[in-house]
Amino acid sequence: MSTATVEDLTEVAAPEPFWSRPRKLGTALILLGVVAAGVFGSLAPGEDARFTLSENAEGAALSIHGPFGAVLFGVLTVIAGGVMVAGLLKRRSNLLLVLGILTFVLSFLCWQVAGHFMPLVDTTEGTLQLALPLILGALAGVLGERSGVVNVAIEGQFLMGAFAGALVGTMATSVWAGLISAAVGGVLIAGILAVLSIRYLVDQTVVGMVLNLFALGITGFLYERLMQPDAQTYNQPPQLPEWRIPGLADIPVVGPVLFEANLLVWLALGLVLAIHFGLTRTRWGLRTRAVGEHPTAADTVGIRVRGLRYLNVLLGGVVAGIGGAYFTLVATGSFTKNMTAGAGFIALAALIFGRFTPFGAFGAALFFGFAQKLAFFLSAIESPLPSQFLNMLPYLATLVAVAGLVGRVRGPAASGQPYIKS
Amino acid sequence: MAERRLALQRPPGSITELREIPLKLELRGITKRFGDLVANDHIDITVEPGEVHALLGENGAGKSTLMNQLYGLLQPDEGQIVVNGEPLVFKSPRDAISAGIGMVHQHFMLVPVFTVAENIALGAEETRGGPLGWLDRRRSRRDVIDTSKKYGLPVDPDALIEDLPVGAQQRVEIVKALTREVDLLILDEPTAVLTPQETEELLTVMRSLTDMGKSIVFITHKLKEVKAIADRITVVRRGKIVGTASPDTSEDELAALMVGRAVSLEVQKGPAEPGDPILKIDGLVVDDDRGVRAVDGVDLEARAGEVLGIAGVQGNGQTELVEAVMGLRAARAGAVRLDGADLVGLSTKKILGSGVGYVPEDRSHDGVVKEFSVAENLILDMYDRAPFGNPIRIDGSKVGSNATERIEQFDIRCQSPATPVGTLSGGNQQKVVVAREMSRPLRLFIASQPTRGVDVGSIEFIHNRIIHERDQGTAVLVVSSELDEVVGLADRIAVMYRGRILAIVSPDTPREEIGLLMAGITGATAEGEK
Repeated sequence: MSTATVEDLTEVAAPEPFWSRPRKLGTALILLGVVAAGVFGSLAPGEDARFTLSENAEGAALSIHGPFGAVLFGVLTVIAGGVMVAGLLKRRSNLLLVLGILTFVLSFLCWQVAGHFMPLVDTTEGTLQLALPLILGALAGVLGERSGVVNVAIEGQFLMGAFAGALVGTMATSVWAGLISAAVGGVLIAGILAVLSIRYLVDQTVVGMVLNLFALGITGFLYERLMQPDAQTYNQPPQLPEWRIPGLADIPVVGPVLFEANLLVWLALGLVLAIHFGLTRTRWGLRTRAVGEHPTAADTVGIRVRGLRYLNVLLGGVVAGIGGAYFTLVATGSFTKNMTAGAGFIALAALIFGRFTPFGAFGAALFFGFAQKLAFFLSAIESPLPSQFLNMLPYLATLVAVAGLVGRVRGPAASGQPYIKS
Repeated sequence: MAERRLALQRPPGSITELREIPLKLELRGITKRFGDLVANDHIDITVEPGEVHALLGENGAGKSTLMNQLYGLLQPDEGQIVVNGEPLVFKSPRDAISAGIGMVHQHFMLVPVFTVAENIALGAEETRGGPLGWLDRRRSRRDVIDTSKKYGLPVDPDALIEDLPVGAQQRVEIVKALTREVDLLILDEPTAVLTPQETEELLTVMRSLTDMGKSIVFITHKLKEVKAIADRITVVRRGKIVGTASPDTSEDELAALMVGRAVSLEVQKGPAEPGDPILKIDGLVVDDDRGVRAVDGVDLEARAGEVLGIAGVQGNGQTELVEAVMGLRAARAGAVRLDGADLVGLSTKKILGSGVGYVPEDRSHDGVVKEFSVAENLILDMYDRAPFGNPIRIDGSKVGSNATERIEQFDIRCQSPATPVGTLSGGNQQKVVVAREMSRPLRLFIASQPTRGVDVGSIEFIHNRIIHERDQGTAVLVVSSELDEVVGLADRIAVMYRGRILAIVSPDTPREEIGLLMAGITGATAEGEK
């Protein structure tokens, strides 16, 4: 004996298990691709699938023979999966995953759109619009979670924001007053969440759920008693205007989506960037993350843990409240009972699927927005596929994410734990 | 002593930015109460500039409470903190830091997912302005490197804390305090998590810091280290100062001061009379929670009437090894035999039933149910069988009489058998666990970190019980990261490193050699295996 040295031993690292994460995901992609090529390819009607740049069937379009496209993209999915299983391009495995899912979706579209047409601008615009509240809601969640407070009350903040926006917007006949009140509505719910969970140490998930029910109850009650009898005085808010930026708006596809839009689009995109850089590059962000990961450590260098948590939860309330304004000041012209219909929970799903980061949440929200838009589109072309399947997607995706299939989702370490000074 | 250090404090040309007035700290009549409990009772301490002042006391004596007041985490009910003649009030650590006082906590105050530089900057960030404070990362990095060079404490500013070994994390903590230009550093049980070599290094660092005029308050219960480094020693017991001593005081005297009565630090034991092998482990392979190999082919044999000690720095697979033996964790390969019968795959309940006693390393988590009474905790694994009950009911009077007997026998200090275990001191909680596990006829007794967080008086008692169990003919397996404990108890010592047994040595082996083995270095002199 006595020959083993440190150097020898360090090389005895644990062998990587054969079924690594890329291998599992790659196998799943191969299966998906086979389904796409086989099932979608054989079911697709033998006509062209047209993706048009204009609003109707005419004009410039990308078109592809339906069955050919379905098989082609299915095969590409299989290839992406194969590369992952073979262990090639290990550093790019997330990119391969995205490519695999994208080609699978395209194969699906070739099947469904064959014999019809899909207007690209409308689809993109619809995706972004439907994703707007999800982006804002998920960002509100990011603000809370990263400082250690779980916010499952996004749904309640949406409802309160939507209601307050409609009510004040109508009474003041000003969309801006409505927008500000929506933010105040969100802050109201956030404030109760903050006080109960930070000051009184109540379980944050339970408080969040109770607040959702509270918001549903109170807005429903006021809607029936106040808004319904006299909608003209209380429930006809002005709508957010669309602004057009000359020049930029003429760019094909991107122009009409991004530069002929309402304020919320720019606000949401701006907030994604602001919160990302705020969290990673500023003193506020460093302290917020420290408080969310290891509050005692933050306390011992003189950071006010509770104060920072209050600040971030309330900021989250502002963002989620504005997200709620989308429902009454942009999407529809009035408030109705439970009009958010679970959007707050999809925002929560986007937050988790996006791994508690602003960019991740943004991507997930867009993905879920696309699923919703696709569901509308499919029912419009009278596809035999029930649109409910697509509406399930956010929840399914969250299950997949939470189960750890898309890499370990590691939230902030102290998330959900009240800070008690000892 | 202090004067000598002051003379030494400026080695020519080394330090230029030293503060003009070195820090002199006085605590005057500090008193802190928690309800009825007086945690600190009129404490007076003076720390001179450039000295290492050791605060010696058992767990729960009130050392950390005192230091938390000095660091602004708690506020004293009475008394004054006086720095250089000026009474100050610390409302938060920020105040303490600006008065020149820094603290390295026993549980490191570092964010695991941050880099070293981010952790050091936190709370005192360099920014380039802006409403949210745009971070100046380059300046933060440079500050870390400067401080690290200035004090000879190598740290990599870009490494993530969670990737660093414990010793390096501690250096980060010290650098973190030093970048805040503190003149007095509180070190709370700094050596609890270090290997003997890392401890040596830390003591050297402490020396060089005091040579530069910094003063250090060194909180510990380890007598050897106190004698090696301290200029002055203050002993605390039950919230009161019971004496001051110089480093020349003998260990026995210090221990007696600390505990309040004479204690024997050496484990009293006769020679072992090893019998037949009882536990045989062959080629055991175990993974940890993350699926990483933690135990990598371990062969061990524990014989009747013998204590087999497993030494090693924490996190080298000891936990997983014991858990696999107890059926708490699945073995990937290998066999564990008790008197020839394979234990792999059996439930923990069956394993306990076949004559194994087990003291888990995390007492409050796995050893006791804190909310349950002492009496209930004493029968936690025997509630469903005679004489305490059957699968349907529990016989309360038997449970009570058993408790009275064990409390007497194991000297468990509690108000009554109905007292919740969570309110007892660490030492008494551990005695409850040991009493329970020794109340059945045993073939094998496994104790993981048997005296962690246990006061000196109880350590002596628990050690004696373990030796007593050995002398009854039980095979004993002791796992401890405290080398002193393993050396004192064991008849043979297996040193574990990265999931393997590097060597099996006799307890007479020089400590330096065992220390090197714990660090994974096997020299030509380490013989004895195979």
